[in-house]
Amino acid sequence: MADNREKILEVKHLKQYFNAGTKNEVRAVDDVSFDIYKGETFGLVGESGSGKSTTGRSIIRLYDPTDGEIDFEGTKVHNISGKKDMLQFRRDMQMIFQDPYASLNPKMKIRDIIAEGIDIHGLASSQAERNKRVNELLELVGLNPDHATRYPHEFSGGQRQRIGIARALAVKPKFIVADEPISALDVSIQAQVVNLLMELQKSQGLTFLFIAHDLSMVKYISDRIGVMNAGKLLELAPAEDVYNRPLHSYTESLLSAVPLPDPEYERSRRRTQYVPRQANGEEEKMREIVPGHFVYCRESEVEALKQKEAAYHK
Amino acid sequence: MSNILEVKDLNITFDTFAGKVQAIRGVNFDLKKGETLAIVGESGSGKSVTTRSIMRLLSQNANIEKGEILFNGQDLVKKSEKDMQGIRGKEIAMIFQDPMTSLNPTTTIGKQVAEPLRIHQNMNKEEAHARALKLLELVGLPNAKNRMKQYPHQFSGGQRQRIVIAIALACSPEILIADEPTTALDVTIQAQILELMKQLQSKIDTSIIFITHDLGVVANVADRVAVMYAGKIVEVGTVDEIFYNPQHPYTWGLLASMPTLETEGSLYAIPGTPPDLLDPPKGDAFAPRNAYAMKIDTEYEPPMFKISDTHYAATWLLHEDAPAVEPPAEIKARQELFKKRYAEGHPVAEGGTV
Amino acid sequence: MSNENHSVADETIKISPDMFERATGAQKEDSEKIAAPSLSFLQDSWRRLKKNKAAVLSLIVLILMMLASVAAPILAPRDPNAQVIQHANLPPKIPGVDINGLNGTSVAGTTRVDKYEQQNVPDDVYYFLGTDSLGRDLLSRILYGTRVSLLIAFVAALFDLTIGVTYGLVSGWYGGRVDNVMQRILEIISGVPNLVVVILMLLVLNPGITSIIIALAITGWISMARVVRAQTLKLKNQEYILAARALGESPVQIALKHLIPNLSGVIIIQTMFSIPSAIFFEAFLSFIGIGIPAPTASLGTLINDGYKTFRFLPHLMWYPAGVICVLMIAFNLLADGLRDAFDPKMKD
Repeated sequence: MADNREKILEVKHLKQYFNAGTKNEVRAVDDVSFDIYKGETFGLVGESGSGKSTTGRSIIRLYDPTDGEIDFEGTKVHNISGKKDMLQFRRDMQMIFQDPYASLNPKMKIRDIIAEGIDIHGLASSQAERNKRVNELLELVGLNPDHATRYPHEFSGGQRQRIGIARALAVKPKFIVADEPISALDVSIQAQVVNLLMELQKSQGLTFLFIAHDLSMVKYISDRIGVMNAGKLLELAPAEDVYNRPLHSYTESLLSAVPLPDPEYERSRRRTQYVPRQANGEEEKMREIVPGHFVYCRESEVEALKQKEAAYHK
Repeated sequence: MSNILEVKDLNITFDTFAGKVQAIRGVNFDLKKGETLAIVGESGSGKSVTTRSIMRLLSQNANIEKGEILFNGQDLVKKSEKDMQGIRGKEIAMIFQDPMTSLNPTTTIGKQVAEPLRIHQNMNKEEAHARALKLLELVGLPNAKNRMKQYPHQFSGGQRQRIVIAIALACSPEILIADEPTTALDVTIQAQILELMKQLQSKIDTSIIFITHDLGVVANVADRVAVMYAGKIVEVGTVDEIFYNPQHPYTWGLLASMPTLETEGSLYAIPGTPPDLLDPPKGDAFAPRNAYAMKIDTEYEPPMFKISDTHYAATWLLHEDAPAVEPPAEIKARQELFKKRYAEGHPVAEGGTV
Repeated sequence: MSNENHSVADETIKISPDMFERATGAQKEDSEKIAAPSLSFLQDSWRRLKKNKAAVLSLIVLILMMLASVAAPILAPRDPNAQVIQHANLPPKIPGVDINGLNGTSVAGTTRVDKYEQQNVPDDVYYFLGTDSLGRDLLSRILYGTRVSLLIAFVAALFDLTIGVTYGLVSGWYGGRVDNVMQRILEIISGVPNLVVVILMLLVLNPGITSIIIALAITGWISMARVVRAQTLKLKNQEYILAARALGESPVQIALKHLIPNLSGVIIIQTMFSIPSAIFFEAFLSFIGIGIPAPTASLGTLINDGYKTFRFLPHLMWYPAGVICVLMIAFNLLADGLRDAFDPKMKD
């Protein structure tokens, strides 16, 4: 059960507004809370503008939140000050990016890109050790160490993404924010990268926050999934439940829109449309419908949702 | 059904400083009237180059080495640039991936939809305006009458793609080429656009070439599917044949690498990366990544083997001397389903017969 | 095409059952190999620059001019400021050349006369480009004048690269309020014409190279700062910069390792464009008389001198004017060539 596992990350009432207080205020993330347990993969799905990437970037402190709190291993991420503590945090939490073409400096050799973290944190005492470590990392992600002196533009998208993964792993992180790491890749390459991430999770004992809009991949890789829309977290449950027993109507509409590689299914698939409800003054927040399954709803709706959940089991 | 477009033995190279890149290496396909042909492939497989060559919109350093592109019997390869201008937008129209960059940001959308009508159909301003309004209503743009005066940035991504479709359909083209039209859109918007395209096709009877790398989208829109790899079509068939009875190991890999609700454990992944077309490998270009590769694959390129009247695949595994192989479990399950349905006497396929 | 028919024929013959055995691993090993030759960014740019004939020619011309002006003390046949009154206003005379205009003759009234003979210049004395009204050797003066122009070019480049690049980087990187204040300061500085700056400088300093350099230091780097700021704003949201921040890289290191290498293209191009305008600025000031003071030679003062006697002794203006034109055209063509070579969109 979820409760006796160790929490590695706690997001509490995170708010990230851009241009706060002005006419152009954008509420990218609006009061989002969730926990991530050690060793799991937490999937965060949503469409563009849902705030999923902003959440990821706030967690790794690329943004300073407007309000709320992020605790990583019990420390408030945004209160970390002092060079030493900050460097330690940077070592513990790393990020994998979306665009394999924009995430590698085109003017740097692969060896120097991967060794960037090693250099910053002084993890190698000599040039030889540095090269050895880079070669190990290249092999770990399935690339030929002979290519260490080449430049990023010589690699394909999937290979570049693996270089980005090697760069993140160089500092031996505990937690990785993967921001749509496969959405820019070809289908046959996506599977390679996903398999690699899952292998690494096992061998390196990593915890992932996996941000994506591709629901079928998220379902496959994640233990638990959070569904975001318009800056709010609407549903949070184990991956199986989100897919097989969706409770929020937004999740349902999202699932009904995903095309699957099955012509028969496609001929009969009917899309349902999500119409956001009007506010009626009643407080809306995350409520636990069945253990581990949370839905953003009103108190008056809980009973109906419980029945809906029960109906899935018949 | 008659063929509206026939591409025969098309070979295209690109001049680069390192040498000639053999982007398209002998592509053959035809497009029947009223059907949707999906071309699937990875980036660099040549799917976009093929369709751009139909529009003759290739970049400066591209050469059509040989081959014919017969549109209603006329070879487009031999057409002059001026003749092509009369065909582009009128008889063959194209929509692109990014709806923002394919619209002019400084012109109202009403004018942009009316423009092809005035160029190709010599309509006067009022006629073109009235027709543009009809088109925008047809593609489901809400409040079209008032919004015609607005500029592209005032529309959402999905609405912009609707406008782009309206422009492409303005002259009722015989062929509509859609190059990854939904890739930049969110899934819910993608679903709307796909529905719209299918609706419109049944209304105005145009043939569609749909380029995508998303197999889910293919299953949704296509009547027939051509799978491209390294500048060649490796398998072509009806949508059911490709999805339920695939024969080429590359198609197997593509289908098996997409997780389904049942997938457990590790995903099937095609190893390696696509070949460098500067120097394509000897024999079958897929052989280095193919778990089922045989010696012959490293020596000779496989010809197209016939599986049914509509289904062909280029793999030596279909040669009579080839050993029987076990496809990935995911593919076997699909093939079982196909066999069962055929045995029961109601084939899955109803579209796409010649 | 006969080759291909041949291989098809082979194919039908050679198919034997053993061809259908599993391929061994060795045959498949290279699926991840990169075949294309490795080219670094600079090699790639150089390859593209070499294709541009005008830019290569400009580069050669500039290198020759630079060498000539650096070696001016050795190359110059005479002291540029030495006056030989009796040799004044001589037309060019080059040994072994008998073309009017280069043989020491000039037209006086209706007849062509040998000026050298007229002014009793010894037979073995040659002024390759003639002399001015004070009898100074024009060739030597042009060589020294080019030195001044290239010194200004060097100074302008230096200010661009130090003040301009740093200002742009800081302003772009920090953004927000810092950027706002820095940009307003830039606007104020760029609002003051640099001619006014030089004139104000005359109140405290004598006219000369120092006041021109100070004027350049105050205003010369503004366009560089703007270009670098705009590019930095664009680059700082690139994912590889975010990755560096996530790894804990300090802003200074990010600037050195990521920003400057990726800005090098625009920085070089911008420098190459600001050099000719700095050269022209000096020539212009010298021409109107508030630049380099007499008797020091600069291309501007030479043109000014030549222009006074243009009707009678046109070569005194043509030669220095020609040099400054070649200098500016060469810098501009080279800058154009570099822009094409560095711009990834022009990639072929």
